[in-house]
Amino acid sequence: MTLLEFKDLHVTYRGSRGRLPAVRGVDLRVDAGETLGIAGESGCGKSTLAMAVLRLLPKSAEVSGEILLDGEDLLKMGWGRLRAVRWTGASIVFQGAMHSLNAVQRIGRQIAEPILVHEAKTTPAAAAKRAEALLERVGLPPSRARSFPHELSGGQRQRVMIAMALACDPDLIIADEATTALDVMVQAQVLRLISDLVTERGVGLVMISHDLSVLSAVCDRAAVMYAGRIVEEGPAHEVFAHARHPYSAALGAAFPVIGDPAARMNPGGLAGDPPDPARLPQGCSFRPRCAVAVERCGAESPELLEVGSARVSACFVAQEGMPVVL
Amino acid sequence: MTERSLPADGASLEAPSAGRGRVSSGFGRYLFKHVSGAAVSLLLVLFSSFFIFRLIAGDPIDQLTKERPVSAEQRAAMRAELGLDRPLWQQFWDYIAGTLTMDLGESFQYRRPIFDLIVERLPATLLLSGTGMVLAVLLGFWIGTRSGWKQGSRFDKGHVATGLVLYSAPTFWLGMIVILIFARYLGLFPVNGMRSPSTPPDFWSQAVDIGHHLVLPVLTYTAVVYAGYLMIMRSSILDELGSDYLTTARAKGLRDDEVRQRHAVPNALLPTVTLVFLALGSVVNGSIVTETVFSWPGLGTLFVNSIFYPDRPVLQALFVLFSSSTILAVLCAEILYWFIDPRIRRS
Repeated sequence: MTLLEFKDLHVTYRGSRGRLPAVRGVDLRVDAGETLGIAGESGCGKSTLAMAVLRLLPKSAEVSGEILLDGEDLLKMGWGRLRAVRWTGASIVFQGAMHSLNAVQRIGRQIAEPILVHEAKTTPAAAAKRAEALLERVGLPPSRARSFPHELSGGQRQRVMIAMALACDPDLIIADEATTALDVMVQAQVLRLISDLVTERGVGLVMISHDLSVLSAVCDRAAVMYAGRIVEEGPAHEVFAHARHPYSAALGAAFPVIGDPAARMNPGGLAGDPPDPARLPQGCSFRPRCAVAVERCGAESPELLEVGSARVSACFVAQEGMPVVL
Repeated sequence: MTERSLPADGASLEAPSAGRGRVSSGFGRYLFKHVSGAAVSLLLVLFSSFFIFRLIAGDPIDQLTKERPVSAEQRAAMRAELGLDRPLWQQFWDYIAGTLTMDLGESFQYRRPIFDLIVERLPATLLLSGTGMVLAVLLGFWIGTRSGWKQGSRFDKGHVATGLVLYSAPTFWLGMIVILIFARYLGLFPVNGMRSPSTPPDFWSQAVDIGHHLVLPVLTYTAVVYAGYLMIMRSSILDELGSDYLTTARAKGLRDDEVRQRHAVPNALLPTVTLVFLALGSVVNGSIVTETVFSWPGLGTLFVNSIFYPDRPVLQALFVLFSSSTILAVLCAEILYWFIDPRIRRS
């Protein structure tokens, strides 16, 4: 059953430099209980995509297309209905938990807040009890409910964010760079916690990260974004092990293989910068950095087409069945 | 053997209480740091007040006799009477000892103890500037919050413009305009003083009469100062606007006004606490100009009269009073921060 579906989603920021397209026609779906990873470098539009789901983008963003949550278009909802869907239909684990928590409010109160907002019958005492239970579920002592955010470590704060995201039993959780700021050990603990919760509660998970190892550890499927578009999508392990788009291949090569000295000394970088969204190149937007580009790439923009079982790629070379790595 | 194990037991018993002691000594150290800072400031005020007015005011006998023909004996007698014939260090010692025991000396002008003069006039000043200050802070914060939250809206632009015009208007001029409109043309309120002589002496008639006299001075005072609080609160809210925790609050499904009141305002209020306490401290020196324009019988009018006379002991005492009330108010703000900003306890 489809839980979340983007249909031809466009997000354009109006700014002093004119109109900047951040998301340019994204089609994507997440089934109930499924985990989808979205990968891409900074500025590719993946956070914009996450914020668009609950309509949290600034006023300067123009959004068009459809975002269907349980079949209901979020972009057409009235404010009252939208507020009711926020946190009960989908919740977000934000990046940078220090700033995403209110510094002058005890964390118990912050976790209990959405419960009180959405469930009129719940008393503050009952909500506080549930907040403590949630803290316990994410591996923190319930007494932590009385702490302020600055009294916790980075990993503990991220656990608080996860407990908060679970407060109203949403069907979908969006984790936006949820483990990026954490050190590797804590990151592994938090990732295991997220995977456990996903299996335990059967929620859908959209995990956004630039770290492929994180995504392949947690996700069933993965999509790779470049310059506001999905360039490849398929089973997570397949996408990262056998990329069918030169950009996914470069992203994978940027991480050294543990135990392989050659890879450690020479992580494969990708020359050049992502394109300026105000001046996108003609044809395929990845062409200026692409090692396998052919003549056709400069003329037309490739569509996402099937390149194998349950896999799509927006690369002419891959669609011809040729290797995308030199 | 037993002797050796004892200290170890003692140490392990002490451990938890040492932990508790550290928390309280954190506050103790914080308190000591700020109290001693305030004490140093107070001492400096005490010293400088004694010397400043001796340096700038000249010989008080000349000013008291106003160039009338006075014999040398008469001058000497006056000097002795006012205690000015004694060595400077002795005068200084008397001043310090006197100030610390609330014996502030006698006014040249009224020939009465200064302490009595201040006690007599303090309630009028506290009433006027206290009421004005509370109204100004409430009004300024209320408008400032909404102005900053909807930056660039018509509400914001209109209130910022109005506030700044009033803020930059000279108080005496605004006072006169207020008098002209509300007293002269509309005849709604009295212009002068704090009470009418014809009012019956019972409590309620007196209270209503004072309230009636209070309206115009408070209106003037509030109109001049509220914009300061408006601008501070507005910029404090603007600093919070893009914060991630507000996005979190919105994502949770809170209404816009709940996001503002529950999350943005408590964070934005923190940096304004010092300002509010500074304002509370300046309630004592009140508004000198407003009191003068409306002949309000408070410390401000006393201060202005003493400058014209010039009444050095009164100026000296008021200087110490005004400065120390501000210093104490700031000290209170620092202490309060310990309790309201959880982050201070850590650093």
